[in-house]
Amino acid sequence: MRTRLKATEPFVFHTRFNLQELTGLKAANIDQLLRHIKKVPSSSIYHHTHRFAEKHHRLSLVSSNDFAYWVGEILGDGMLGEKLAGIDTVRFRTIHDLREAIVGTIERHLDEERGSRRMFVYHGAEFYFVKSTSVILSTRYTACTLEEFTRLLKKVSTNSIYFHVFEARLRLEKRTNDFSYWLESSLGDTELADRISRLDPYIYSLEGLRKKIIGLLEKRA
Amino acid sequence: MASIKDYRPIVGRSVIEELELLAAHLKGVVVQNINSTAVGGGVAEILTRFIPLLRELGVDARWDVIKGDRRFFEVTKKFHNALHGREEEIPDGIYEFFLNEGARIIDETDIYGDIVVVHDPQPIMLVRKKRRDGKKWVWRCHVDIAHADKRVFAFLKQFIMKYDGVIFSSPLFSRRLALRQFLISPSIDPLSDKNKEIPQETIDSVLKKYGVKRDKPVITQVSRFDYLKDPVGVIDAFNLVKKYNDCQLVLAGNSAADDPESDKVLSEVREKACRDPDIHILLIPPEQNDIDINALQRASTVIIQKSIREGFGLVVSEALWKAKPVVASAVGGIPLQVEHQRGGLLCRSVEGSARAVRQLLNNPEYAGWLGRNGKEHIRQNFLLTRHLRDYMLLFIALYHGEDIIHL
Repeated sequence: MRTRLKATEPFVFHTRFNLQELTGLKAANIDQLLRHIKKVPSSSIYHHTHRFAEKHHRLSLVSSNDFAYWVGEILGDGMLGEKLAGIDTVRFRTIHDLREAIVGTIERHLDEERGSRRMFVYHGAEFYFVKSTSVILSTRYTACTLEEFTRLLKKVSTNSIYFHVFEARLRLEKRTNDFSYWLESSLGDTELADRISRLDPYIYSLEGLRKKIIGLLEKRA
Repeated sequence: MASIKDYRPIVGRSVIEELELLAAHLKGVVVQNINSTAVGGGVAEILTRFIPLLRELGVDARWDVIKGDRRFFEVTKKFHNALHGREEEIPDGIYEFFLNEGARIIDETDIYGDIVVVHDPQPIMLVRKKRRDGKKWVWRCHVDIAHADKRVFAFLKQFIMKYDGVIFSSPLFSRRLALRQFLISPSIDPLSDKNKEIPQETIDSVLKKYGVKRDKPVITQVSRFDYLKDPVGVIDAFNLVKKYNDCQLVLAGNSAADDPESDKVLSEVREKACRDPDIHILLIPPEQNDIDINALQRASTVIIQKSIREGFGLVVSEALWKAKPVVASAVGGIPLQVEHQRGGLLCRSVEGSARAVRQLLNNPEYAGWLGRNGKEHIRQNFLLTRHLRDYMLLFIALYHGEDIIHL
């Protein structure tokens, strides 16, 4: 039975918590936003591009990022807001590359639409740059087989799913998500690993993502 | 007093398990909280709930209260108002008095915590007891200091800068400071009288007591009778709504004995209401406040919070927790709680709020969807359990400088 095959290494479920720290930087127009995006710590870029994914545990909303939301909804530059929301976060392997893509999108837009520079927000509606401090801990849940892994995936917190799918891949700069890595390296199931790694996690709520991955695991069984 | 296990059915098993997991990493660490009052006021209310829950989780949290005389608290009240940006006359002698009283308080207060959390300006000077002994000091600023009086802030800054970090409730309340600034939003307690589930009979009896019938939709604002909560603007918005939708308005608040302005506001509100039988102006006695407000919110069709200025505005979280569609001004901490068009509607004017209320009254499915989303948002982000978690994370982060902490 494929599901009872023992892994060469067990999978230890970790969990991750986010503590928010203020950077003291804020922007009231697009030039200020761009200037700060270029220099804030990568933990701030990470925070503002992943807060939506982390916040929506059950609610299924198309994920966006804080920059897109603020530019489109608060600053009122709907076109740039859309362009920023369209940045396909899943394509990037590092925060550095993601930051470059955001900067490039804004700079290209400013070259084309000079009017964007004249927009500013009223006092109190500025964009505040926050950074994320991650605290990572191992849980008591350990899986040695696909069967155990599937059972525990139903049980672990959404924080744990978030950590292994989003944080491990982009923030810790692993090649893929932790689930796919383990399925391939410890169970030798390249096909299943590939199916999970080809998912775009940014379009699911965390509970939706859990359901989707469990669906793939059970189908395999 | 609720036990941590009582929150499990509300937030889920894994949330409680994770709190226990974090607490295990704080074993042996003594967290000493210091504030200026044991009862009354938001800080005492938070600590009264927090300390037993942290201890139940295994964190050695303790709470000390500084002693000051009437004049000391008059001075700190002036500081508090000035930090909020209100104009206060502060004679020079006051700073000297604060320093002298501070020296006495420093003498009388025993510092024994590994982590010392000092709440608000009253005990701020205690940081002078900080030594190079590895103890961590944090100042928990519960007030909005973004527009603080320059002189008062400059005076307090000499103390603030000695701390290892400051905690603010919202980015909007902060200032740029050369030390770590943590962001921890306040929370509501889903098991408190104000928020717990109550039987329909209780709701019905509260409505009967205040003469509110359920024959037409109920729009409610819960707030003190204060210009900054704009109750007159709420009536203006209601009158615009009423042109198209038959409905009633409830303005519910308690009588603030310590606020001389509230009588003036109340009489203006009554005048504006023009004896309209569909406008219910309710003064809720403080001893019944929590359950009555809970019942009124649960009986409402739409809840409005049309504040002109606001602190964090947790009353919005309380409304959302009851899965009610909310129309609220985009001021203070409200936009953090209401995700526009996803978990409520934000507005900036009488006309905007009237339009939003009409939209909700005429689209009950959309209103229900917003209410359910809003409740979920509060469950994830503004309940007491998240607040406890953030505090424990902060305690851990104080011993680490890096952005990614592996425990």
